[in-house]
Amino acid sequence: MIERIASRVPERFAARAEAGLRLAPLLTLTVMLGPVAAGILGTLGPAFGWLPALGAETPGFGPFAALFDQPGIGISARLSLVTGIGATLISLAITLLVVAALQGTRIFGLIERLLSPLLAVPHAAAAFGLAFLIAPSGWIARLFSPWATGWERPPDILTAQDPAGLALIAGLVVKEVPFLLLMTLAALGQTDARRRRLAGLCLGYGPIAAWFYGVLPGLYAQIRLPVYAVLAYSMSTVEVAMILGPTTPAPLSVRLIDWMNDPDLGLRLVAAAGAILQMALVGAALLLWRGGEIGVAHLGRRLAAGGRRFGGDAWLRTTAGLLAGLSAAAVILGIAGLGVWSFAGLWRFPEALPDTLTMRNWARHGDGLLAPAITTCIIGVAAASLAALLAIACLETEHRHGERPTSRSLWLLYTPLLVPQTGFLFGLQITASAAGFERGIVAVIATHLVFVVPYVFLSLSGPWRVWDERQSLAAACLGASPWRVLFAVRLPMLLAPLLTALAVGFAVSVGQYLPTLLIGAGRVATLTTEAVALSAGGDRRLIGLYGLAQAAAPLPAFALALALPAILFRRRRGMTVAR
Amino acid sequence: MNENLSDSAPGLRLEDLTVSLGTNGLVAIGATVDPGEILTVMGPSGSGKSTLLAAITGTLAPGFTMTGRVLLDGEDITDRPTHRRGIGLMMQDDVLFPHLSVGANLAFGLSPTIRGHAARAARVEAALDAAGLGGMAARDPATLSGGQRSRVALMRALLAEPRAILLDEPFSKLDTSLRTQIRSFTFEQITAARLPAILVTHDHEDAAAAGGRIMAPRTEA
Repeated sequence: MIERIASRVPERFAARAEAGLRLAPLLTLTVMLGPVAAGILGTLGPAFGWLPALGAETPGFGPFAALFDQPGIGISARLSLVTGIGATLISLAITLLVVAALQGTRIFGLIERLLSPLLAVPHAAAAFGLAFLIAPSGWIARLFSPWATGWERPPDILTAQDPAGLALIAGLVVKEVPFLLLMTLAALGQTDARRRRLAGLCLGYGPIAAWFYGVLPGLYAQIRLPVYAVLAYSMSTVEVAMILGPTTPAPLSVRLIDWMNDPDLGLRLVAAAGAILQMALVGAALLLWRGGEIGVAHLGRRLAAGGRRFGGDAWLRTTAGLLAGLSAAAVILGIAGLGVWSFAGLWRFPEALPDTLTMRNWARHGDGLLAPAITTCIIGVAAASLAALLAIACLETEHRHGERPTSRSLWLLYTPLLVPQTGFLFGLQITASAAGFERGIVAVIATHLVFVVPYVFLSLSGPWRVWDERQSLAAACLGASPWRVLFAVRLPMLLAPLLTALAVGFAVSVGQYLPTLLIGAGRVATLTTEAVALSAGGDRRLIGLYGLAQAAAPLPAFALALALPAILFRRRRGMTVAR
Repeated sequence: MNENLSDSAPGLRLEDLTVSLGTNGLVAIGATVDPGEILTVMGPSGSGKSTLLAAITGTLAPGFTMTGRVLLDGEDITDRPTHRRGIGLMMQDDVLFPHLSVGANLAFGLSPTIRGHAARAARVEAALDAAGLGGMAARDPATLSGGQRSRVALMRALLAEPRAILLDEPFSKLDTSLRTQIRSFTFEQITAARLPAILVTHDHEDAAAAGGRIMAPRTEA
């Protein structure tokens, strides 16, 4: 059908569309970076005492002075820094070890298949799941009680929300490992990994050493930006820190939200100053990390020159398998735990399962779930579709003008992921209210686009750029216009990656907490904002219900992305290899 | 063949065509291919054959410099976009669209001036019959043999009613027994359609079978 429409596109329209296409890259940059730039400017003003709407008209360092007077501010800042860097280091270490030790094995195939579903689980749902697992009354404690621990009732200890932030680090690691694994796998395709590793093996190096010496140096440059994004996210996450992070004092990001929502409007200035502090901390951490990269590279070269073979690495390979399994199990069992709690009737400690399963919780709260579920869906579908449209337009422009992707464009794409959300969302909220924008669902969709566009673009651009250009030449030599090539040849052939990119965009949108909360002005309720809002209450059954719904929300999108091409092209064997 | 030097002569005319990359000259050729004639361009790989084809189809990558003109039936097509040149192409791989059935692949090439579902389907079926592939319209191209795919690709190119056709080593992936058969089928169809054709190959048998003039992509002055 598309074929028939495309062949009848009038010339006039085609010419106008061609002109529009040229604007796509600029439009995409504006959609993606405009809010970030406006937001940072909007944060800078109040941070330096300029917020006329609240009567603050004497610029100066007052807000910073007030910020540093807040009790425990040093501890909050240190927590952000330490948990962020810690989570990134551990996630990267597990990722590299898993790839180095297990690539090509059967376990690795299983890990690869689990990646997409694990990635699709929103951060908040994974954090709730982990909190339930490690809680004093959680499955882990129940498993060892009372026979090993002697506990007849849940012990009075702090597991989630421990003061050192270990639970927070764990919650970040289980979600960032799948992300880094996916980025590493994508990058591996572009390095000569197999032969380089083989060269090392044949010189007598252990499998892990062969990979770290031979493959990693070329690979790291390609996963550097994703690693930086993980670092920036881990340092500034709000929802994971609210669920798993310490409370007295909380990490900086959580305190920023508290100040922002405080009835004392004067604390808005402190919040803005805090957001600037957070951006500075993330900037400093990125610089520190870059320094660390140089140090590690230097050390690696010296080690390599030493010639030690590290042949006996079997134990390390087992460890890598265990770590990968543990990390995946934490998310999967966590979600399962949410599900069991949502159906639980009476559930005594230390029973592994509830005495009774009941539909009562769902019957009572199911109706309340419907409205946020629909809102989540509308926002997600709108944001993912718009992002896909922009990405297609940009990639098609790139193709028609024979441009090559530059490292500068990649940095631009990652910018929204490197700037802490708190840093510009405050300013954006303030600017939006000052400019009198209606802050409803449309504004939320626009803000989601800031984060959805990069992921959709990254997801689609790989398959798009490796698509066999001879297909396009063959079609053109049959007289097909560039538009017909796009709609009748390229997009149908790229249907599977396109739907996957849409599903990724949908999942990213579903997971957004802070943009929905701040830009929706509390009026736009999604599954994520509702679930996180419940975290303070501690009603396990209700959290389980909302957490499960939130975790399940992205799955239909991924199922559709798998099923639709398989059904449409079930009689086209040549389409199964494309991906 | 009557050699007509005026601009309005029918056929494909490469007029002092040169292509270079930086200071590196890759192509320098001047030739007129009459309707029904097959001009063979021969040379080892890296001799500029694919650059010549890119120049004629208008798909030279940025960075290449081209001088001279390409004329088709007297019209200057040098600066036209690929899809408006009226130049058909058969590639080394058949490049059938994997998401379309065999019939839909052919219909994709069929000129839009033929209207109506039934009329179009009839033309497609007739083309399949001519290629000895009658009744295969609903088939998945991935289920065809190499020789069948080759013939579909040729029929698809012909249904687009090009005014000249380029053959880019179209037989090199076929095994020897099939090769002769597909080659003579292809040449017969092209001669019957009275198309000027340029065959690019490094195979002497192909060149001999084409039976026309043989040139190098770069003729030294």
